[in-house]
Amino acid sequence: MRGRYWKRAIPNYVVLSLFLLLVFIPIIGLVFSAFKTDAEVVKGPLTLPSQLRLDAFKEAWTTGRFNLFFRNSVVVTVVVVIASVFLSTLMGYAFALLPMPGKKVLYPLVLLGYMVPFEAVIIPLYHMMNRIDLVDTYWALILPQVGLSVSFGTLWMTSFFRTAPRELIDAAAIDGCNRWQALWRVLWPLARPAVLTLVVLVFMWTWNEFLLALVLVQKETMRTLPVGLAFFQGRYSANIPLMAAGSLIVAGPILLVYILFQRHFIRGMLGGAVKG
Amino acid sequence: MDHQQRWPGESRYKGWFYLLPGLLIYLVFIFIPILETIRNSFYKWNGFSNTREFIQLDNYAKLVHDAQFLKALGNNFIFIIFYSLIPILIGLFLATLLGRKPIRGLTFFRTGLFLPQILSMVVVGVTWRWIFNPTFGLLNTGLRAVGLDNLTRAWLGDFQLALPSVGMVGTWVMYGFCMVLFLAGMQRIPEDQFEAAELDGANGFRQFFHITLPSLRAEMGVALITTVIAALRVFDLVYVTTRGGPGDSTLVTGFLVYRSAFQQNQLGYASAIATIMTVLILVISLLILRFQSRGEE
Repeated sequence: MRGRYWKRAIPNYVVLSLFLLLVFIPIIGLVFSAFKTDAEVVKGPLTLPSQLRLDAFKEAWTTGRFNLFFRNSVVVTVVVVIASVFLSTLMGYAFALLPMPGKKVLYPLVLLGYMVPFEAVIIPLYHMMNRIDLVDTYWALILPQVGLSVSFGTLWMTSFFRTAPRELIDAAAIDGCNRWQALWRVLWPLARPAVLTLVVLVFMWTWNEFLLALVLVQKETMRTLPVGLAFFQGRYSANIPLMAAGSLIVAGPILLVYILFQRHFIRGMLGGAVKG
Repeated sequence: MDHQQRWPGESRYKGWFYLLPGLLIYLVFIFIPILETIRNSFYKWNGFSNTREFIQLDNYAKLVHDAQFLKALGNNFIFIIFYSLIPILIGLFLATLLGRKPIRGLTFFRTGLFLPQILSMVVVGVTWRWIFNPTFGLLNTGLRAVGLDNLTRAWLGDFQLALPSVGMVGTWVMYGFCMVLFLAGMQRIPEDQFEAAELDGANGFRQFFHITLPSLRAEMGVALITTVIAALRVFDLVYVTTRGGPGDSTLVTGFLVYRSAFQQNQLGYASAIATIMTVLILVISLLILRFQSRGEE
């Protein structure tokens, strides 16, 4: 039985491995390059670096100011994730379970934000931020990103709360819980998998966001990692080890979260477009 | 519904209190700016002066004959081939090849194949610029190593090749996503459907069109929406790899909006392009959703 499985499966594994290799070769090349000297880069893209040299990382971190960009990215992402998940939970709860006139009109209005590109809002946003003096602050990046994230988050949490077991909610009512307590004491513990998926998705979108940070931040010290990397590339595009090290600093945290929570990423991104 | 009924003594506006904080942020920073972009598209405005001139549909009328805009829009549609068509075909092909029998260790492959999806497009762009580098890039070095020196090119610097080269990056990002999606869908189709078809003498070709494809309708909808939207809103990748060049050969609408608005101060014109882009994305998404839900009825 076992032998038969493997005999049948070998061609499948060969094909899958081939496509997997296509994904990994550029990434492996990038990782190798980050530890090389300029001379080694010219020798060949997939040759191993002669030693684990960290010079490029140090240079990107200090001279390249990736330490600042990293801090900015962390601050913006953490605030956006917490605010978006909290607000989306409240909004999803309201749409799914609470009495509220105007639901039918508001729901599609909120979902609209999930589909529009940032290009549709960036010009008025830039002028608004200028008017209220928020350009070059964290708020300029946080507020629009929260606005966009609650759009998907509401969709996601509403569809979770719609499937919540009604006996539990009724029991909570009989036990004398009010709506607020029913949400946080009874439903929130059940929502953990859905919430975790939302957390990783919002984390990824915010961490990788580019256009918003490119336009709404002008001061170098306020740049986020992706924008910092893009400007870095304009200046040092020929310095491959430095570019590779910078890229790995940008990709590192998201890779770590992905490895830990890959099921949630895949579930969220595959499911996101069908729910609605 | 029972749930949505009010609890004893509860205000019928209760939901509004829960909705309000998030809704306010959404309205101020997303929804109202959308409306403002649409309004700006009817004006001529350089962004500095306090007066903006109302010119009705002139921005749109101009766009119909604007070679730059048409080029950018055309490139977005060409990107659909690379972001959408090729990855979906690869995904379908592999799902048919592999999907009927459960594969052990699928999680490992799935995690790996999905990986490009989670990376910042700036990182992807930087990586592929290095791959396309004419002198020490992976692609040309590899070609030279296998004796195909005459195929080496300046990929991103070539007027003909820059667009398909950037498109290939899109394929690299998307094919794993489509494979994972369709593989998951295939595993859901009951095996006896295929067995019954085999007994009836249906060949693999007919099985594909009569069982596989109709069963994967939901997955097809997700794949189309995700990849087509990605092709229509591509910005980061073009910004990092080519800035729309050489010439305008890789110009896309997203980059044109950015360039006209923030480098050339043509805000009305840029807003008109952004509006068209948004409407296009909404219409296509709704069409795909309708196609998908019709299949479910």
